[in-house]
Formats: sequence, C-alpha cells, structure tokens
Amino acid sequence: MTTGITAFGAYIPRLRLNRASIAAAHKWAMPGLRGMAKGERSMCNWDEDAITMAVEAARDCLTGRERSDIGGVFFASTTLPFLDRQNAGVISAALNLEHGISSLDIAGSQRAGTSALITALRSAGEGDTLLAAADARKARPASSGEMQFGHGAAALTVGVKDVIAKLVASYTVTTDFVDHFRGEGQEFDYGWEERWIREEGYSKIVPQAVKALLAKTGVEGARISRFVMPCTMKGIPEKIAKDFGIPAEAVADTMGEVCGDTGAAHALLMLVAALETAKPGDLILVASFGQGADAILLEVTDAITKLPKREGVSGALARGRKEEDYMKFLSFQDNVKLDWGMRGEVDNKTALSSEYRNKDMVTGFTGGKCTVCGTVQFPRTHYCVNPNCQALDTQEPYSFADSPARVMSFTADWLSYNPSPPFFYGQVQFETGGRVLMGFTDTDAGQIEVGSALKMMFRIKDYDHDRGYRRYFWKAAPVSTGKEA
Amino acid sequence: MARGIRDKVAIIGMGCSKFGERWDANAEDLIVEAFNEALTDAGIEKNQIEAAWFGTAFDRVHVGASALPLSTSLRLSSIPVTRVENMCATGTEALRGATYAVASGACDIALALGVEKLKDTGYGGLPAGSRGPLPDLWVPNGSAPGNFAQLATAYSAKHGVSAKDLKEAIGHVSWKSHQNGAKNAKAHLQKPVPMETILGAQMIAEPLGLFDCCGVSDGSACAIVTTPEIAKALGKTDIVSIKALQLCLSDGVESTFNTWDGSHFATTRVAAKKAYEEAGIKDPRKELSMIEVHDCFSITELVTMEDLYISAEGQAVKDVMDGFYDADGPLPCQIDGGLKCFGHPIGASGLRMVYEVYLQLLGRAGPRQLKNPTFGLTHNLGGAPHSNVSAIAVIGRYN
Repeated sequence: MTTGITAFGAYIPRLRLNRASIAAAHKWAMPGLRGMAKGERSMCNWDEDAITMAVEAARDCLTGRERSDIGGVFFASTTLPFLDRQNAGVISAALNLEHGISSLDIAGSQRAGTSALITALRSAGEGDTLLAAADARKARPASSGEMQFGHGAAALTVGVKDVIAKLVASYTVTTDFVDHFRGEGQEFDYGWEERWIREEGYSKIVPQAVKALLAKTGVEGARISRFVMPCTMKGIPEKIAKDFGIPAEAVADTMGEVCGDTGAAHALLMLVAALETAKPGDLILVASFGQGADAILLEVTDAITKLPKREGVSGALARGRKEEDYMKFLSFQDNVKLDWGMRGEVDNKTALSSEYRNKDMVTGFTGGKCTVCGTVQFPRTHYCVNPNCQALDTQEPYSFADSPARVMSFTADWLSYNPSPPFFYGQVQFETGGRVLMGFTDTDAGQIEVGSALKMMFRIKDYDHDRGYRRYFWKAAPVSTGKEA
Repeated sequence: MARGIRDKVAIIGMGCSKFGERWDANAEDLIVEAFNEALTDAGIEKNQIEAAWFGTAFDRVHVGASALPLSTSLRLSSIPVTRVENMCATGTEALRGATYAVASGACDIALALGVEKLKDTGYGGLPAGSRGPLPDLWVPNGSAPGNFAQLATAYSAKHGVSAKDLKEAIGHVSWKSHQNGAKNAKAHLQKPVPMETILGAQMIAEPLGLFDCCGVSDGSACAIVTTPEIAKALGKTDIVSIKALQLCLSDGVESTFNTWDGSHFATTRVAAKKAYEEAGIKDPRKELSMIEVHDCFSITELVTMEDLYISAEGQAVKDVMDGFYDADGPLPCQIDGGLKCFGHPIGASGLRMVYEVYLQLLGRAGPRQLKNPTFGLTHNLGGAPHSNVSAIAVIGRYN
C-alpha cells in the first residue's frame, strides 16, 4: 500500500513588512539590526492568527475535491490561539468537514509540523487526514526573531489514494536541546547564543537524522532533487547538503527574503513550494530541527500532474502587499497599546451557547437554499426571504464560503472601532444569489468599488481581551491584490 | 382599505425641550421641560390625561427599562403608561400609540412623549455595544454613518452621479439645515456653516464627512392628543389633526434577497404611498407645504426626497442643487434645522418633527415661519438602509 501526500496548499498573510522599516525604528538603540534588514517578512493582519491561516491553507489544499473523504484533521502550531479548546476543531468547523472525524492539535516544538506529518503518514488509512500547520509567532521588539520570523501556513492531505508524493521513510531524533523556549504564560521566546545553536544544534542533530534516513533507505544523497530544511542561519542547509552529497541546486530556498521563518509551518511551507514544481520521480528530503530533528523522504508520483491548479506558495507570495508601517505591525502584534478611545472599550463577551447553536452558520458560513423557489439566503431562516415564496421550513444548508461575490455597496468607516482603520464593510452580493452585510479585510483605500470581485476568508471577528477569547467569522477580501493602490 | 386615521385625532398641545448637549439635565429634567410646555399649550389639567406612551431607544445609557421613568417623572397616577422602542423611529411610535388609543375610543386624552439623554456616554455618536448574542457573532461592528454612507456608493453607481457631484449635493443638504437651524433657539446647532467647511471636513465614513452627519443630542418632545370633538369642547378653534400615520418595516428582503439596489429605502416608498392615500394627497410635490425628514445623514435626506415621491427617481441631486428644499424654495425641508441642527435625541426626534409642523401650522414658528402651510409631512427612520423602520406622519389643519 502506498502511503503519502495526496494534495497540498499554502497561505501567507498579504502584508509583507519591509525589514528596513523594522531596523529604522530601532536604529537609535540597535544599529546592528541593519545587517539583517534585507527583504520582507510576512505579518498577520490584525484579524489573522494560526487558526485563520490554517483554514486558508487547508481550503487551498482542498481545491477541487470532495470534503466528505476527510477522515481527520491535525493542526500543528506553537502559537495555538487556545491552550484548552481544540484548535483543530475550529478548523474542522470552518471547513464544514464531516462530524465523524478525528482531530488533534500538535504543538510544543518547531518541528511540530513535520512530526505531525510523520504521525499522519504512519496512521494513514480510510479517509485522508488533513494536516494544517501554521504559526504566528510574536517576537520581542528589536529581537532577531522580529526580523527573522514570518507568519504563514501550509496544509497537506495524507492518505493512500491518489498519492502525489509517497512516503519512502522517515527518521526522528529526539534530544532535549534547548536553543530557545517559551515558558507558560510567556509572550516571547528566550533564546541562547546563536553560535552554539549552529554548532551544537543544527550542525550535529540534523545530520544524525538525515544520515539514519539515507542509511535506512539506501538512497544516495546525489539522488535527492530537493532538500527542504528551514533554517534562519545562513549556509547551514547548504553545508549539511554538501556533507551528504546532495547537489547544491537541490537545496530549497528558505524564503527568508520574501516571507521569513513561519515556525512550525515552515518545513511544510517549503515542502509545498517544492511540490509545486516537482516532477514525477523526484525525491524530496525534508529535515526539520527542534529538540531533535525529523527527516522525511518522499518520492513524487505521476499523480502530481493531475492535481488541480491551486494557489500554493507561489500564489500566496504573489498576493503580497508591501507594508512599511512598523507601528502598525507593533499594534497588530499587541506589542504597543494605542489609545483607541471609548469605542474600543466595548465588551466582546461571546455567548458560547449561541456560538455553538449557530456554529454551522457562523463558523461554517452556511446559509440556506429554499427547496421550493431555489433562493439562496443568509442566514438560513424558517421563512424563505423571497417575497414571492416565503415558504416555511424549506431551506437546505448552503455554504457561502467558496461562492464568488461582488461589492454591492461599501464604506470606509473612521468612527467605528477597528484595529486597522478605516473599517471597510458593505453589502456583499453573491453570484449564486444571496447577500450579506460583511466586514472586508485585506482592503486598502481605493482598492474596491461597486462591482469589485470579492472572495471569502475566515478571520477573527472580535477579540475579548478580558477573557482571552476570540470569535471568528468570514470576511470579504478583494480578489485583486491592490498593489497599485 | 380601512378608513385610516385621517382627522380622527387632534393634537391639542405640544412641547419640546431645548435640544443639545444638556450637561445640566437628567432625562427627568428633559421630560418635565417638554411636558410642561405641552400641558400649558393644551390648557388641560395633568389628571385629564388617561393614558401615556413613552418612547426612548437607548434606555441602557440613561433611564433604564420600562415606562416607569415617565410615570414617576410626571407622577402619572393610576393610568396605563406604555414604553415603546422602534430604533430612531421611536418618537413617532409613541405618537401612534397615543393616537390609536384616542381613535379607538379607549381614552379621551392621551400623551406621547419621547426622550433621550445620550450625552452621558463619554463620546460622540450613538452608544456602541452588543447587538445581541447572535448578531455579535457575524454582523460587522459598523457605525450608523458607515451603514448610511453605503447609500452614496450605491446611488452613484445606479444613477451615474459622480462622487464629486453627489458630495456637493449632500453638502448643500447640510448647508441648508445649518442656515435653518440658525433661526431656531431650541436647536442644538445654531451656526450657519460655509459650503467649503462642509466639503472639506474630516471624513467620518466615506463619503460622509463630519457635516454630513447629525450629532446626537439630549432632548425630549411630546404631544397631547384627543378627538377633534373634544378639542372643540375644550375651546380650541385652530385645530391641527393627524391626516396619516404609517409605519413600514423591512422584512429582510433588502438585506437578504437579491432585488434591492442599496440606493434607496424600500420601506419609505411603501409608507409614503400609504400615507398619501390615508391623507388624501395626490401630488405630494405640490400639496405638501413642508417636510421634516430623518436627515440622520445628508445622503439619507437626499435619497428620501425620491422615496417620498417628491423628487423623481435620479433627480434629487438636481432638486437639491436647485434649492427646491431650501427655506425659500417651493418645499422647505428641515425648516427647523432637522436632525442635523435641531438635534437628534433618538426617542424624541419623531415628535420633534411633528412639533415643528404643529408650530408652523399654527403660525407660531417665529423667525422661520412659513407662509400659510397646509400639510406637513414627517419622516422618521430607524435602523440602516438595508434593514429599517420607516414612520411617516402627515399633519394638517382640521377642517
């Protein structure tokens, strides 16, 4: 039986913070940061977190396929929005996956993504497992992490049918090497000396896993077509590759210049980038570091040529919009508290019973379709909204999440509290029928007009800072990237 | 159709407090200020009032729930007092309750009073807060200006009016109301404002600038109603009567179905037609002497001119720019300054509109008195363009 990856998807937040703007802000105290100020890093919009990014990557991964054959959802992250409330469950609900599925959060290490992949590959059976990995790591201002981190997500489905990259073997080394840690109740990582991490960590621990994997499979390093290894330190993946005879051109770009290190998602994000250009027969070696190392060897199959087109990493990267406002980044990260005025003091307590009762509607963006007149409507109600119908209890569930839509009317509101003013919202007309008053996201001034094409994205609606809760709903985002704006 | 309310009920007394930022006043003070004026005007004793309707919308920021704030403030002893709330159309709703009670014969004299004390929130604009456990989960946390501003984008798109032309027309709407408010000693804002200030003001919700938005005010207004027969028996000779009272609410079609274009108020069109029929008005553009509409935002007033079938569809911009609705135009709109300048204490606004028509019909409007008005229309709207409560009253002389 062939076990392997059956599809892939990716998501990187649209905002790309220019690293020079970070360095410029800290120049007075840390002029040395200038040396790292190359390229840009991805940053979450205020309404994005690991869950929302995972949902978007998963939607990309599920392009063109039935969701009923998903048997489980794994979610890997070191920035799980909830410590006790299953995060994978939110993702499942947002994706309208069948209820009879398994679900699991996997956390605690930078290799959570690859360890989750190994676990999914080993347990593959009936029904594919959807594995999403996402991280939105916070970094202390002026830290190297602030420069190096990026935010992003990758998703894979793993199964035994229509495998596009089959598992050859995997090998894991576990060793309690603490290059950095984030203790309970701590906002930020605390890291040890970079030279020590390079010499004693990456350079010694990763090779152990790679060596064992190659020995176990009998594959020569020279046959590896892509060596996927996240590392923010220059030259390490290249050095390890060279030591094993892996061709220099096989070493995958770590996307440092265009995205930054997306933590537990990064190995999988780089793997997705590799799969996007892979050819049948290619051997991909994924190695990731974190209290040990995972090494996975995959062989690309013919089925990859039949995979429907998706955004992938290339699409996600292309959607970027340059951000140069470091204060905006600080505020979005909650690293600075702005005075939002009294309108920002609204109590956003969520009625959990109401949220559960309306989960399909809110989390799954499910409305109704009248079986008498065919009218699609949101929300789903007892009486059909069509004035010529008004039939009672005739609506079947109808999902709006993937329906194309257009702007019917909108405004840019400077009065309402919004963490990224002005607040764009308006009436959204769905092409399949139905309309909803929605908040817009990833929208700049001048980017939309009446009739502009919109797509739906799963986002944070409100934060309840007093209680540590957040609620999610769908928002409309312009299909155009708005780079010209 | 039923015979309707025309001429069944007369207004024999009205009162209105000074509107504005009433740092000096609690809701009780405002209630008493408006009520005493109306009671003196009616020339009756307080104990002749047999039932009362109390309108307030944001009770949580001032008086709290129920009709008790009215019954206790006025010491209304042993009579039914009902609290009503229908968003910004609350004032007209209170009047409807009192009017229907009198028309039904259930009581001879009834009181309708609306009040809002908004300036204890600590910030401008309407109070922000939870919309309820389900709406909080999905409805955007927008503001009133943001919801109404969308009329502008949809109106521009539908009628091919450039953003600049529309901005100038809605600017004129506010300019005119400031001119009128300057002649109203009870108005919240009494200063004329030059057009360039209006057009250049800070943006609140695009394309609405500061002067395209009414503020919120503290205030109260009330009416004492009875039958025309009793009014005569009380010695009244110049009698003002209610010609029509219509209310239309969205049923979800605008917000949820696919037909509404976002540029107008579907409810107002329905309520207007019914009101004209009830009042016996065939050509509102010619027959109405004055209108007091719900100009919460300048764009609301502009599109309402079409929804009331006064300006032809797509022609409101031209009528506004021609001065059709100016104080010296053929059909003055907001001669008292409107919500924009008289002010907008939510629960009182519908009754404040009727108050102005009442004053004008009785020739008591002082420096802003119009010549021989016969019919006045009030249009009181609650909610947002896509989901709202539209209340229309026609007031005229009782013949």
